[in-house]
Amino acid sequence: MRRFIALFLLTTFAWFALPNAKVGFGPSPAMAVQPDEMLADPALEARARQISEGLRCLVCQNQSIDDSNADLAKDLRVLVRQRLMAGDSDEDVRDYLVSRYGEFVLLKPRLEWKTVALWGMPVVVLIIGGLFLASGARRRRPAAPTALTADEEAAIADLLAQRKES
Amino acid sequence: MIVETGHYALILALGIALVQSVLPLWGARTGDTRLMAVGISAALGTFLLIALAFGGLVAAYVTSDFSVLNVFENSHSQQPLIYKFTSAWGNHEGSMLLWVLILGLFGALVALLGHDLPPSLKATVLSVQAWVTVAFLLFILTTSNPFIRLMPPPIEGQDLNPILQDLGLAIHPPLLYLGYVGFSIAFSFAVAALIDGRVDAAWARWVRPWTLAAWVFLTLGIAMGSYWAYYELGWGGWWYWDPVENASFMPWLAGTALLHSALVMEKRAALKIWTILLAILTFSLSLMGTFLVRSGVLTSVHAFATDPTRGVFVLAILVVFIGGSLALFAARAGTLEAGGLFAPISREGALVFNNLFLTTATATVLVGTLYPLLLEVLNGAKISVGAPFFDLTFAPLMVPLLIAVPFGPLLAWKRGDLWAATQRLYVSAGVALAVIIVVLALEGGARVLSAFGFGLAAFLMLGSLTDLFFRAGLPRAGPSVAWLRFIGLPRSAFGTAIAHFGLGMTVLGIVAASAFQTELVTTVKPGDVLRSGGYEIRFEGMSKREGPNYSEEVAHFALSRGGVAAGTLEPTKRAYPARQMPTTESAIHTRLMSQLYLALGDSDSNGGAVVVRVWWKPLVTLIWLGAVVMGFGGMVSLADRRLRVGAPARRKAAKPARTEVGA
Repeated sequence: MRRFIALFLLTTFAWFALPNAKVGFGPSPAMAVQPDEMLADPALEARARQISEGLRCLVCQNQSIDDSNADLAKDLRVLVRQRLMAGDSDEDVRDYLVSRYGEFVLLKPRLEWKTVALWGMPVVVLIIGGLFLASGARRRRPAAPTALTADEEAAIADLLAQRKES
Repeated sequence: MIVETGHYALILALGIALVQSVLPLWGARTGDTRLMAVGISAALGTFLLIALAFGGLVAAYVTSDFSVLNVFENSHSQQPLIYKFTSAWGNHEGSMLLWVLILGLFGALVALLGHDLPPSLKATVLSVQAWVTVAFLLFILTTSNPFIRLMPPPIEGQDLNPILQDLGLAIHPPLLYLGYVGFSIAFSFAVAALIDGRVDAAWARWVRPWTLAAWVFLTLGIAMGSYWAYYELGWGGWWYWDPVENASFMPWLAGTALLHSALVMEKRAALKIWTILLAILTFSLSLMGTFLVRSGVLTSVHAFATDPTRGVFVLAILVVFIGGSLALFAARAGTLEAGGLFAPISREGALVFNNLFLTTATATVLVGTLYPLLLEVLNGAKISVGAPFFDLTFAPLMVPLLIAVPFGPLLAWKRGDLWAATQRLYVSAGVALAVIIVVLALEGGARVLSAFGFGLAAFLMLGSLTDLFFRAGLPRAGPSVAWLRFIGLPRSAFGTAIAHFGLGMTVLGIVAASAFQTELVTTVKPGDVLRSGGYEIRFEGMSKREGPNYSEEVAHFALSRGGVAAGTLEPTKRAYPARQMPTTESAIHTRLMSQLYLALGDSDSNGGAVVVRVWWKPLVTLIWLGAVVMGFGGMVSLADRRLRVGAPARRKAAKPARTEVGA
């Protein structure tokens, strides 16, 4: 409950903190990767595509630079390819873009202190939920029958003995 | 005049909804049957008045009455009639009006169909439903009024956003809202149960069909939206983990959980408290979706306009309803008695497992969607959470759930036998294993994940039918006996099997389309031939064409397969002069369940060369066909006699109900 209130208060603040620009992402006539941008080496091009899919087009809404047609996205695609041609590893390319544009450019946030809650949340919810359910199930289970007393055992033995005799 | 009538009707609807939100509840608390009966006529009255208002707006659109600001901003006299019609809800104000129209519709349906409900419960439900109606009518009238006039009236309108000028707009929003808003019934029932402090199996019998109906609509609405985005945006994708998509996906996940937990509650009177909480959460997520989309906190294709006052208003509605209902839950949940013992391995246990994973998945999507907002507020850091995050977190959560799906219906209530269920699934598991081996053999070791995905889909599809197979007495019974038993099975059993089978189809489509899609981006000149998916695609050249309110450049491609002509594809680039906005219209050729997808890029003015992107997407249509099959399963289950509360008693009760309506 308290968490929910906190959450909604926070979203209110977020509301004011965010620039309310009208940045609709209209589908554009051209599209993403253009043939003239592509690298001749298919392996390198495949790596470039894969990196591009994880990079955000900074002026678009929720689009990767691989999908976007914005000029900036094109520049970034070319940049990614230039770095790859220069011999950077995939991680080097990403590091380079982060150093220029900040973490915002990564569609898959890195695991850091500030994203621990994000990445850990599914596991934590699953474990807590599972434990909660397990404890509930234990409570729900009818109590196990208690062991028989020595007298009762003797009585049963008697009955069984009588039955054999008859 | 028509517009003013509509405006007036909307204000009148607010007045009646205010009455409805107080009197029936008051009657239910004091035991006054006359006050309780007010709810029925008020609910019908509210609905009819909102319908009148909506009709007024549609009339203004169809007649292109540009003296209405909303019509001026979102319509054009040259639009084809169908788009004039659908433009009415292709904008913020009209879409909110559609929202309350459907809210009113559900209220009226409870009033009309609910004669077997205890009168006090029915009255309380109608009052709670009216609270929501009042809030949203106030929202529309104060911040988003579609009936505002413009003086002097302009001669021509500004046209509807070209992406929305599509048949999809006629189908997607109404279906989606029928789902979204349909969960309001479950919410109203949950809140009413908390107010009454009483909840029993009859309550669950009532809530389940409503939830199921809303779920069917939401499933179809999301699938329709996904397919629309797929063919209209021209990016070749069908799901982008866009916040607005997530906003509709979260109520679907929670609603799916609710559907299953209501089943436990109906059959076994267990999980009462949890079901109530889920009903509240599901509609809360619908409300939050409305907030995220309508407020402009997240800008996307769905956010028609951004206006802070609206955002704050919807946020206030959100806080009041979610906060209020959760506070009520916290205060009253303890008074509801839990019931129904069951062993962990049982049908109930399987449904609890389903709920655990679906709720975790919902939480994952929720946190992923809101985390960037929260983090920026808390520490100023700007991060992005996009598709790669959701793929990595959501997919692993779904795998155990999907594996468990066929087991659920095979387990007995109360105490099940997991080993026996496993034995019944031997055939499905064997086929799944064979599929995995075949895919690995054909594609090599690099495709381990996709091979597993195919196996999972096969297991799901076959496993879903296993329950029907064994319940028909196969393989022991003779064919004639088995057939008789098969057709005698309850419809809900068929519904379950069909819906789970549809889920398997969707999984198969997702796996096939992501693993084996091929893409080709290239520049073509007239006469060039491309090859994709076994087709030869010959570029014949470009031409120009005029549409009613746009002009377009058309690229002509001739398809052939093994030298045999297989039709033509004509992707285009359109320009809509009214909005100065270009769009691409992709062209799609469907072969069985796979599709060849062409979208145009830049053209070279001299020489007639054009950039084209060609995708071959194997089995891609299964993604949406699976959703349609899921929805169909839901409908079959809805037709089950058992779900129609007191079916024989209804005919008797019909007459007095009709006089109530007339009163």
